[in-house]
Parts: sequence; C-alpha cells; structure tokens
Amino acid sequence: MKNLKENAAGRWVPVEINGAQHVPFQGVGKFKPTGRRYGPPLTRCADYPADGNKVVADFKTALKKTGLRDGMTISTHHHFRNGDFVANAIFDAAAELGVKDLRWFPSASFPCHAPIIEHLKSGVVHHIEGSMNGPLGDYCSTGKMRGMAVLRSHGGRYQAVQDGEVHIDIAVIAAPTADPFGNATGDRGPSACGLLGFALADSQYADRVIVATDNLIPFPCIPWQIHGNYVDYVVVVDSIGEPSKIVSGTTEITRSPDRLLIAEYAARFVAETGIMSDGFSFQAGAGGTSLSFSIFLSEMMREHNIKARFARGGSNQYLVNMLEEGLVEYILDGQTFDLEGVRSMRENSNHVNTSPFTSYNYHGKGNFASMVDVVVLGATEVDVQFNANVVTHSDGRLLHGIGGWQNCLFSKCTMLPIPSFRNRIPVLVDHVTTLCGPGELIDVIVTERGIAINPQRQDLLSKLRGSSLPIRPIEDIKSEVEDICGGKSAAPELGEKIIAAIKWVDGTVIDCVRQTETIPSSQ
Amino acid sequence: MSNVGTAGRKGPAVRSDCFVSLEVRKSGGLDIAATSRVDSMYGDSIQQLCRDVLEGLGLQHARLELEDAGALPFALMARIETAAARAGITASFLPEMKSYCTDTTQRDRFRRSRLYLPGNDPQFFINAGLHKPDGIILDLEDSVAPAEKDAARIMVRNALRQVNFYGAERMVRINQGAEGIRDLDEIVPNNVHVVLIPKVESAEQVQEVDTHIQNLQKKHKSRSPVYLMPIIESALGTIRAYDIATASENNVALALGLEDYTADIGVQRTLEGRESFWMRSMVVNAARAAGIQPIDTVFSDVADKKGLIVSVKEAKALGFDGKGCIHPRQIAPIHDAFAPEKSEIDKATKIMRAFEKAEAQGLAVVALGSKMIDPPVVKRALKTVEMAVSLGRLPENWREEHS
Repeated sequence: MKNLKENAAGRWVPVEINGAQHVPFQGVGKFKPTGRRYGPPLTRCADYPADGNKVVADFKTALKKTGLRDGMTISTHHHFRNGDFVANAIFDAAAELGVKDLRWFPSASFPCHAPIIEHLKSGVVHHIEGSMNGPLGDYCSTGKMRGMAVLRSHGGRYQAVQDGEVHIDIAVIAAPTADPFGNATGDRGPSACGLLGFALADSQYADRVIVATDNLIPFPCIPWQIHGNYVDYVVVVDSIGEPSKIVSGTTEITRSPDRLLIAEYAARFVAETGIMSDGFSFQAGAGGTSLSFSIFLSEMMREHNIKARFARGGSNQYLVNMLEEGLVEYILDGQTFDLEGVRSMRENSNHVNTSPFTSYNYHGKGNFASMVDVVVLGATEVDVQFNANVVTHSDGRLLHGIGGWQNCLFSKCTMLPIPSFRNRIPVLVDHVTTLCGPGELIDVIVTERGIAINPQRQDLLSKLRGSSLPIRPIEDIKSEVEDICGGKSAAPELGEKIIAAIKWVDGTVIDCVRQTETIPSSQ
Repeated sequence: MSNVGTAGRKGPAVRSDCFVSLEVRKSGGLDIAATSRVDSMYGDSIQQLCRDVLEGLGLQHARLELEDAGALPFALMARIETAAARAGITASFLPEMKSYCTDTTQRDRFRRSRLYLPGNDPQFFINAGLHKPDGIILDLEDSVAPAEKDAARIMVRNALRQVNFYGAERMVRINQGAEGIRDLDEIVPNNVHVVLIPKVESAEQVQEVDTHIQNLQKKHKSRSPVYLMPIIESALGTIRAYDIATASENNVALALGLEDYTADIGVQRTLEGRESFWMRSMVVNAARAAGIQPIDTVFSDVADKKGLIVSVKEAKALGFDGKGCIHPRQIAPIHDAFAPEKSEIDKATKIMRAFEKAEAQGLAVVALGSKMIDPPVVKRALKTVEMAVSLGRLPENWREEHS
C-alpha cells in the first residue's frame, strides 16, 4: 500500500489519514512540535442573553443555531460509559436535519452506541475518531466505515484538540446538573456520574458548545466543573444517561483463582521492591485483576502501617474505602467507575476531580502521570520486547480503546498483571499484533506463571534478589505458554485496507490496524 | 452399537473444551469439519490434530465434526477418542508423555492440602498446580456424572500425560467397584502417584485395588510406586478403620468423607461437627496406629475464609496431617494453619541440634537437658523443621543461626 512509512518502532503506518498529513512515531520523547496552541474563534458576550438564560427547546434547535453543516465534527464524552443516551440522540437529531458526512469525536464509545452504525450506513456519520469496541468495533474492523478510525489516548485527545489536529465544531456535553447559563457539574443530580473532565478540552476549544442536562437548576450551579462562559446553548432532556451503567463488567472484582494469584503477585511485587513505602503513590485501573490488586495492596499497607500520599483514579468503592480508612490521603480522580466513587467525590474534599489536562496532556508543562510511583494496567498482548497491545484482539479485531493507558506508561513503574494466555490464546507473543505501548516504558509483566521484569530495570531485579516471588525471563514464560497451547499461534490473516490509525501520546502514528475478514460469532 | 458417537460440550459459556460428533463410515476417507474460536491462531494445527487422532485410532473412513471453544490439545484428543469409543472404536490414542509428567513421589511427603478437580472439566486442570497444593486429585467419582465416566477416564489419562502440575502429587480418585477397576487400567500406566479409593468398608476392597495395580505395574513394567489413600465414609468403614489402614503396605494415608458418613448414621452435618468427632478421632488413631497420615475432609464453603482457618486448626488439633480443598484459594490458608507455631519450631530445632550432636559423637541416646528423647520425637521434630523451612518460617541454614 502506498503512502506508508516505517516509523521508529519498525511499523509501517499511513502518513495521510482522512485527507490530513500525520507524522510517524519517532521514538519516546523524540517528537517536539513547535508553534502556538489552537485558538477557538473570538466570541462576544453581547451576542448572548444578558439574563444568562441559554436554554433552547431541543437538540434540533440547538444544532440549527450552531450552524451545523455537512462534514462538521461533533464531540461527546463517555462519563456514562455504557449508559450514555446523549450521543445517539444528537446524531438522530442531526439525521433529521439532513446533514451528511459528520465526524464523531467521542472521548470513548461503548456498546450502547451501536445505533450510530445506522448513521454510518446512511451517510450521516462519515467516520469515528475515538475508541471503538463491541458492535462499532466489529463494523469498523470489517472495513465497512468510510473513513479511517483514529484511536487516541485520553491525553492524546487533549493534545489533538489543543494543537489543532482536531477541530471540534460542536461539543455536546451531557451534564447531570446544570444551570441556564451552562455551568455544569457531574457530581450531583439524579444522573450523577462523578466528573466531567473528558469534556474540559471540548468546552474550551470547540467553536460551539451545547450542554445537555436532565437536572436544570437555577443559576448558579455549584460547583461548576464546566464553566458556563464557554457554553452556547443548554438543552433540557428527560434523561441523559443511566448512571448505574457507569459500572461496567470490568469494574467488578474477580473471583478467578488465577487472576487473584496474579493480583497477589503484583501487590507483593510492589511491597517487596519497597515501592510501597510511606508517602508513595499508585494507580490501578478498572478490571477485576486491578481491583483485586488494590485489595491485596490495602492488606499489605495495613500490615506494615504504610500510607499513600495519593492514588490516581478511576475511582471505585475499593479505592474509596482506602481513602476513608486513611490508607490514602488523596484520590486524584480522572473518572468514577462506580456510584461509590461519585458519592465520595461529592462529599470528600480529598477526593479531587482532575482532567486529561492535569493528568496526561502532552502539551502541558508536565503532567501527573509521570509522578506516580506505580501503575497497574491491562493489555491484550505483550511481546518479548515488552511491547504491548491494548486495542486489538490477537485475531486483529478492534476490541478496546486506549483510554489513559498510553499516558500512564510514563509512571515510575508500569506493571501489567495479565494472564499468560486466555482460552488457548497466548498473551505473551513474539510480536504484538498492534503496537500501542513501546517496551521501553513497560517495566513488569505479572502472570500466573511468573513475573517478568524488563531487563532495562536492573534496579528492580536487584531489589528482588532472594525473593520467593517467581521472577522469570519473559522468553521462558512465553515458551511454557507455547508448550501448553500446542505451539506458536499463527499470525492473523488480515486484509490490505487500513481501518484505524493508532496515535502515540504526542500525536505521531505508532501503528495501524488492518481489516479483518470475518468476525467470529463469539469470542 | 451406533456408528455415531458424540462427546464434549458446546454452547456460549463453554471454554477450553469442545464438542465432537464422529460418524464411522465404510468409505469416503476422512472428512473433517472443524470450527474453532481460535481458528485464526490454531485452525491449521487443529485440523492436523484431528487427522492424526483419527488415523491413530485406525480410522480410514469417518466424518468428524468439531466445535471447539479453545480446548487445549490434550482435551481435543480426549474428546475425539471418547466420541470414537462411543461409536464402537476400541483403540486408544495416547498423547506424548511430557517430561514434566514423569516425576515420582515419596511415601512421606507433605499431604496438607489436596485440591479436588472434577475429572471431566479440563479447563480447571491447566493452572491448578500454580496454586501449589501438595496434591491434585483428578476426580473420577462424585464430580463426574454416570453417563460421562468413560469421557472423564480418557480426559484424566490424557491430563496425566500432558498437564504440568508443577510438583503437586498426582492423585486420582477412582470409582467404586468394577468402574474403579476400569479407571485403574487407564491411570496406572500413566504415572499416577496416589489412588484414592472411595467409600471403603473393608480391607478386601483396598486389597482388590492394590492387586489390580500390582498386575498392571507388572504388565507395563513400571517400578515407580503407586500409593493408596482409602477414604472412609460410613459407620462400618469407621469400625474397621484400622483393618483398612493396614490392608496394604502401599497405603500412605487414610482420609474421610462426612457427607455420606452423617447420612449413614442418620444425623445432620453441622459446622461444629460434634456428630463426627468420634469418627474423625477413630480415623486419626487408626492411621497413626498403622503409621500412615490421617487426612481430614474438605471445607465446602469457599467464601468463608475464617471458617476454613478454624476448621483446619481444629483438624490439626485432632491429629490430622492434611485437609481437602475444593478451591485453589483454600490452599494457602490450609498450609498456614498447618504450619508449626514459633514455640513448636524452637523446640524442634533444639531437639534436632541435640540429635545431630549425639549422632556426631556416636552416642546411642539423645538427651535434651536432663530429658531423654525417643526416636519418634526426633522424627516428629524433623518433620516440623522441614515444614517450617518449606513455609519460609525457618531459614534453610537454620543450623548456622544462633541457637
């Protein structure tokens, strides 16, 4: 295929994506763009109602007033995860207005967004730039989407907005509580979801901003996570989402003995290397193994009377318990994974809402992610160079978004607690199907068959000399898995067409995803 | 008999297993229709495996339909062989015996934890050893439905040849009577370490199993020992516990089961366990009198970790050396609870030092202070020290530490 260039990771990637030029990955910390931040057009307060009432009748009215045209970009956010109602409603309204070829720029999509497929088929939506899984992932993987998907990390999304790589025409922000001026918060109201951090960049940089709420209160809405001064229109709807569905399957604790073993090894690793010491910091994401890790870690912290200065969220009931017990002083939260997280954020001033700007943004003057002592993440595949894949299944299908995963790799110690194989699908491989994270940033792989430490981290290896933890070379664990699974797995047979580009945190292209021929009926 | 056989499981919830339908034909060659959830990764090798097994079973004309949900090769081979057997084919297909399946065991090893795995559920086999139980029991008896006994037997045989149990003692619980004898035919030639005999009520039952094992050992020219662990589960068995414990020199342990026992004596099984106190003590005393290990039953409430610990401490106090488990997360608490206390370890190291000193000086009598120490006390101290070292509660070089 023409227009491909080999990047610094040895992957061939497109340089032209949906008509725009992009830079291939140049190595970690190598790409140094210059220039000035993108600026949204000037606005004039004289054009807005002096009484501060920006409420309009419905989405259709609001979209008409924004000047929606063919080919524009509409952004939405995933604070409701699989319970979001707003993205589907806004594209239904756009369809009724007869516009075509829109670009949807969500901070993430979920299986609840399957109805967007109809809009892709009818031409209302041209393509999606955001995570895609479930039915949308399958639609895209089989090459049915017209444009190329672009997958970015949460930090990469902020970067793309801030340096003008993505121009958002209309941002639609679902707000659990808002006032008529557009001040909005996520921590209260009947559909409370916690925080609205993923919408922050959009509110500041989009040409037009619509706030949708099912809980309109008189001015002022306190606290205002989103400033009404950025907002053009407020739309009141019956319901913006189902907060109970912000708890996804991946936020429930695991009962699998093998995953519990992995989580226990991971926690012991943190304790035995001395990373767990007074004033340390950690981040453990969603996913059953990560949650179990937090529980084992709490037990060890309690036993050794150790307190953490801060933990980065996604918060959940287990992290909240640690905060309330005093094991953790602050939660710096990027998203709430369950309703206990929402409650805590509302009630506890030490549970602080943050955004991709503070935590992950490449154009910031530093960010929080690199200050964290240890982060626990997942992956679908890891190779013997410690490179990891988080977006595709081993058969090449799009499976997950990147989320904050790439950004978190910059912590002082990155651990991936993962099974060495899943249902005869090896997780440890020779080469990852899709490269999302370079091995130089990934320090430790914790499997049920042993812990592999990146040879670049001799410091960690020497700290664990004499430990009873099963420390093994990654090649050794991989060979054992191949013996169990009956040999090396064959590489997936993929089509020529590139269906998605994978961005690195700095906006360069680290890899791309090709079309798969078929979608298996079940995983 | 029909010329069509089926085996295995299908459906969206099935993992690491497969469903096989095999029709033995008179002509047309081998027709293999295989679909798999891991087609893109192992499709070709699955196709090849199907062909190898069919040819290995001596089939020249057959139609094989396979719906695979990520079964590992040993399980795929077992399911195809089972389907073939159900279609009237009497040949076997033995997978390669992996090098890690050939280790032997010792009469005196720790048997604190033994993890039960249902014999017809291959998905539980592969990682069981990672949780480090002293023993793994591939169960052919109560956890296998009567109609699946044949399938489980082949599955367990293949597991004994291909699954790495990471040093756990390889145990199989066989069925009662004639079904159990058929079980032995499959497992004895495949390096089973300990055979658990259920519902034993007489010495003859043990001897019948033992004799059959000896014959199989001779036939297969095998010298590695196959030990026995009779399980007592009735009033009659309890009354005859000592006869049973001494029925064979291959007995290494005596275990018990309380579900059948409490039913047999007509009482409810309680958490407190007063109704079985006599029986458990009887098993402990019979085993000790016979010089073998008394092993307690399982603790069935997987979620109740505190209850498990209480139950193991009680078993230890009654004189048991081990406990059954039905979930890997029960293993560590069991090892912990059986672990010697600090005072026990201190006493044992003192005895060992005195013993080794006496031995070095060529003294026949061991004394600690003014007290004479009998050989069984030394033996017991050695066990305590070994266990303490294995649990990391005593450094391996404890002799060099300050005394």
